[in-house]
Amino acid sequence: MNFEEYAAKPVLVAAGIAVPKSQLATTLYEAGLAAGDIGPCVVKAQVPTGKRGKAGGIQLAASATEARAHAGNILGMEIGGHAVEKVLIEAQCNIVREFYAAILNDPETKGPVVIFSTEGGMDIEEIAAKTPEKMRKASVDVRHGFARETADQLVNGLDLNGANDAVAETLVKLYKAYATNDAELLEINPLVLTGANEVMALDCKFVMDDSAIKRQNDLAPKGTPDKLTGLERIGEGHGIKYIELEGNVVVLANGAGLTMTTMDVVRHYGGQPANFCEIGGEAYTKGKAALEMVLAKPGVKSLVVNFCGAFARCDVMMGGLLEAWDEVQPNIPVFFSIAGTGDEEAIAMLKDKLGMDPLPNMDAACKAAADAANVANEVVA
Amino acid sequence: MYICRREHRVLVQGITGKQGTFWTERMQEYGTNVIGGVNPKKAGTKHCGVPVYASALDASKDGAVDATVMFIPPLGVKAAALDAIESGAKLIVCLTEHIPVQDVMYFMAAAKEAGTVIIGPNTAGTVTVDECFLGFMPAFNERVFRVGNVGVLSRSGSLATLMCQNITASGFGIKAFLGIGGDPIIGTTTRDALEALNNYKGVEAIAMVGEIGGTMEEAAAEYAATMSKPIVAFIAGGAAPPGKKMGHAGAIVMGAKGTYASKKSALEGVGVNVLATPSHVGDALKEVMAS
Repeated sequence: MNFEEYAAKPVLVAAGIAVPKSQLATTLYEAGLAAGDIGPCVVKAQVPTGKRGKAGGIQLAASATEARAHAGNILGMEIGGHAVEKVLIEAQCNIVREFYAAILNDPETKGPVVIFSTEGGMDIEEIAAKTPEKMRKASVDVRHGFARETADQLVNGLDLNGANDAVAETLVKLYKAYATNDAELLEINPLVLTGANEVMALDCKFVMDDSAIKRQNDLAPKGTPDKLTGLERIGEGHGIKYIELEGNVVVLANGAGLTMTTMDVVRHYGGQPANFCEIGGEAYTKGKAALEMVLAKPGVKSLVVNFCGAFARCDVMMGGLLEAWDEVQPNIPVFFSIAGTGDEEAIAMLKDKLGMDPLPNMDAACKAAADAANVANEVVA
Repeated sequence: MYICRREHRVLVQGITGKQGTFWTERMQEYGTNVIGGVNPKKAGTKHCGVPVYASALDASKDGAVDATVMFIPPLGVKAAALDAIESGAKLIVCLTEHIPVQDVMYFMAAAKEAGTVIIGPNTAGTVTVDECFLGFMPAFNERVFRVGNVGVLSRSGSLATLMCQNITASGFGIKAFLGIGGDPIIGTTTRDALEALNNYKGVEAIAMVGEIGGTMEEAAAEYAATMSKPIVAFIAGGAAPPGKKMGHAGAIVMGAKGTYASKKSALEGVGVNVLATPSHVGDALKEVMAS
């Protein structure tokens, strides 16, 4: 889960990292008031995405009047698909140097990695591509944490205008914030050295590990949940992973890998998948809710049901689906592929209840569904 | 140790729960040598005909624990894994999904130091066909798993079931299956599993099932270049939009990283036959095994 800048910075402050004085504003009035308190400031759009500056979402203001005017432009702006509803009014500071610091989880070392670069402002991909010689990395064993000596070594020999000690100390604090708050990414970009020789975080990106939300009860509510469509939200309520896509072939399958593959095979045969809907894992008894949901998307033309039983039994999933059938009354062509644990029972149930047979395999079912949707489209055209 | 054998002594952590009980019975019927289970609250009793211990360490005092398989809720996995490592287990199969990543990294570091292999998290388990299985794969379904000489590895359990069924239906059989899990940080990577199957006696060809996200398939391709046994591969997620987690936490395309195209070209570049759909696996195996 992403945390916007205004929600991420308190995590740094709690770990002892300095940030400029700031106030959150949702109206022009609040923005003007905050700027009056703070003085010369930066008006910053608050959205859970990067590239705010390039989109015009970050503006300098010398006065409260100017801050109000900028807030007027920025509030309501759309950045990366997110409408700006809040701005952060933050004190300007005298920047001498800009650095980059981050901690993220590295699948290769299977542990966190602390990254520091003497070049701030760019994102990490740019730093790695353009100035790799200015980037330093340290892998961390989470059992032991990130020691001050390791931080000292990391910045040793770098020209940081004499701020090496302060930067090393900041990295140790950053690690503390990362570990305490179950971050999967905690980034300060830029980390600046001010004219007053202070090391400060001017921005902060914090992504919390979704699997840790349940033990971060105090902090988690401050994050920004993923933007979901109405149907996706309904799916979440049922514990069903549903992602809405552009196409018109409805896909219902068990397990993430099989569901993704069903989408792939539909597309391979010229169809356009309408959704990702997985009812495997703990959700495998939720056939009814899943059927209602996948059919609720307007304009869908065909449905492919692909069950491959392992942990989830085909007959249990089919039972849920058939129960829903009478109520939902699908009025589009439906194609089944059924294999694995409980398949014989599921096939018998399908025959008994709907008088239907499954297609011989998943390719046949996906192809039939893709063809049916394309024919339906031609009829409309 | 990556591949569990019939003689290996297996401990089930979380044996008394509903899933633990159901799958322990299936594993025992199939031939897995389950020597006991763990539940601190029921230590001293018997369950599924085997003793229940307070910890894996306790169990190891009654004889070596070679492998453990866990039916443990997410927030309990770290402690259970550390216990299993301390017991001297050489292999831990971690089925649980949604474990906090910092917990995963903690027990991964401990396992690495102890030389313990972790398979998972978020895996359906492993099958050594006609010998034993660990986890919740339908090993006992003979239309899915019939013994033969193909080694199978997969990030996804459901897709592996489909792939194994297709392999079996096309007249081939399976020697061993390694489900490595759908998380971004896992103990046994695609490359590790490929190497383990390549070195396993009786495996003559390998079917690899990957998916979008991360760079594991690219790393596996580097190893595949050194192999003489043929490989066929399927990569799931070609139709998935970027920036969306496709059910598995690891299955997400971020920027240029983790794309279908990158994985396909890395594998094809070293001579791996990349399948258009999983139904083509039988024909592809016939082709690569003949040449």
